[in-house]
Amino acid sequence: MSIQAATRSDSAAPATATDHVLEVEDLQTYFYTRGGLVKAVDGVSFSLARGATLAIVGESGCGKSVTALSLMRLVADPPGRIIGGAVRLEGVDLLGLDEAAMRDIRGNQISMVFQEPMTSLNPVMTIGRQIGEALILHQRMSNKAALRRAIEMLQLVGIPEPEQRAKEYPHQLSGGMRQRAMIAMALACNPKVLIADEPTSALDVTIQAQILELIAKLQRELGTAVILITHDLGVVAETAERVIVMYAGRKVEEASVGELFARPLHPYTRGLMNSIPRLALMRQEAGQQRLQEIPGIVPALSNLPQACTFAPRCAFADDKCRGQFPPYQEKRPDHWAACWHSEGIAEKANG
Amino acid sequence: MVETATPALVMPKRETPARETPIEAPALGVPVLEVSGLSKHFPVRKGVLRRTVGHVYAVDGVSFTIGAGETLGLVGESGCGKTTVGRTIMRLIEPTAGSIHLDGHDVTRLGKTEFRPYRRQLQIIFQDPFSSLNPRKRAGDIVGEPLKIHEALSRGERRERVSALFERVGLRRAQMDNFPHQFSGGQRQRIGVARALALNPKLIIGDEPVSALDVSIQAQVINLLMDLQRDMKLSYLFISHNLAVVEHISHRIAVMYLGRIVEYTDKVTLFTRPLHPYTEALLAAVPVPDPAIKRVKRVVQGDVPSPLKPPPGCRFHTRCPYAEARCRVDVPALREVERGHHVACHLR
Repeated sequence: MSIQAATRSDSAAPATATDHVLEVEDLQTYFYTRGGLVKAVDGVSFSLARGATLAIVGESGCGKSVTALSLMRLVADPPGRIIGGAVRLEGVDLLGLDEAAMRDIRGNQISMVFQEPMTSLNPVMTIGRQIGEALILHQRMSNKAALRRAIEMLQLVGIPEPEQRAKEYPHQLSGGMRQRAMIAMALACNPKVLIADEPTSALDVTIQAQILELIAKLQRELGTAVILITHDLGVVAETAERVIVMYAGRKVEEASVGELFARPLHPYTRGLMNSIPRLALMRQEAGQQRLQEIPGIVPALSNLPQACTFAPRCAFADDKCRGQFPPYQEKRPDHWAACWHSEGIAEKANG
Repeated sequence: MVETATPALVMPKRETPARETPIEAPALGVPVLEVSGLSKHFPVRKGVLRRTVGHVYAVDGVSFTIGAGETLGLVGESGCGKTTVGRTIMRLIEPTAGSIHLDGHDVTRLGKTEFRPYRRQLQIIFQDPFSSLNPRKRAGDIVGEPLKIHEALSRGERRERVSALFERVGLRRAQMDNFPHQFSGGQRQRIGVARALALNPKLIIGDEPVSALDVSIQAQVINLLMDLQRDMKLSYLFISHNLAVVEHISHRIAVMYLGRIVEYTDKVTLFTRPLHPYTEALLAAVPVPDPAIKRVKRVVQGDVPSPLKPPPGCRFHTRCPYAEARCRVDVPALREVERGHHVACHLR
């Protein structure tokens, strides 16, 4: 698999690694709230190969969206602050740049698509103007040239009558159209990295399929690397090459998509996979079984214990788990997990 | 309502009658709920005089039944009218046309007081566990509210009933005095379930009851609903856009598109032999959480048309890959093409 690289994210990767467009190392984003210190992202590392798709999965509050915002340097400060780590885009540490330099990169070399297209588009600006804005700013295009390019982009993302649509406002477009326009905007400057934060979660399933197909098509044509943030394991299985599973601000498992689904090593990943109902056409066995529950709730991110954060919900937890957070290790070739008992769990599940 | 020969699905009059084989619900006899020809058209008003300039055809001639202990899944995408169906049955919205029978009694035109004894048979669980609970009331009072209205109980008796309900849905008695914000999303939805159970209803309408929950919590609530059905012989109308969840929980499923039911059958048939092109498209669009399964995806193109101006003929023809000339003109009737399998399509 070409997307897996020689240098793993957790060994301190050299800044000049050429096959990775983005490298994130030990990212820590904390929020200083009245309720105390919230470690939303606590030591997350990964790397993204050129043109590849990496999925970050997890439930609400696991830190996946804050990770994305940290990469874009869009975490609201206060209360949030990136207190440590490095985000290297082609070797340049974005966390070390001043705001002006970052503004040149944001929306130009690394851009983002948000979940809710209605709230992330400017309601009083035409679609064409919004897409053109980045081009005028970053590529010093004239207004006219920017609008022409915006219309091309709208055509590229499959919006019918692009000349007409470019003159319209966001409220005149359907949800699926708005998300297409968002993607057009994000890709206008041909960025190296596109971060898509739950890009289809607000959309209907037939429209979701259209948007995912569009992202995959544009990725093939433009060679953009994509970080796909989602809670939907179906979307992960169908679009990503590599997967990171996050829980309570930390990465708990990482592998290629085939490996992760075939042999989940972390009990949380395993629990997630067993807790989703599957359509008959996707099941091997006949009949519907009782869904496996993950007992308990996602822990509050303030005052997390030193122990494994999943231990209170884990059937395999013992004193060791309740005492110390497990090290993040390569358990199988290129399959990483943070669990004291992953070998035993894998054996038990397969045997 | 006559007890015998209750067709499970009542056809709108203008359409060709189906063969005389009603779909049998698991329990025979009078269905708990029978909806026939239900329509809701919302007027659209404009201008200073608020003149009606058109209608949103939210629900247009929907018919189905739900038997005792049965779950009917109602699926469709946003704007298809599935929520309006649920709210019309609850009489939170007055229907424009059609009838609603509860246990064989026509409740469609009953006034507020007349409806009251039926109202307690019928409960609803909403999607959003955050906005559907009064933030200034204690959880125990929220669950006890229906008891206060419908049953003359002493304070102590009521508290006893509420604490039993708390335990039934997997909450602790001690949590009765907490406020909604002190609960997680999944726990709040359990409060919603306890409130719905308080009056021992026959039918619970779940309007996307698990859609706002994380997947690991979703499984907890789905299992709870299924356990309750088994133990209390409850009937559910389960409204959702999530096909996998609907398949898991339902006995029969109705697929809606732009205000109409396009396919209606038992779940095994629907998922193994779907007949309507829209059902096919929906099933094909669901992402499969297994990278080992590679499917050829046929993504249906285009957007759902506005219910303000639904397309003539078959409402799906604008997106249907098989559409022919007559699909653009004639409205396809919902026909029973094989025992218990109803489809509204000219081509099937």
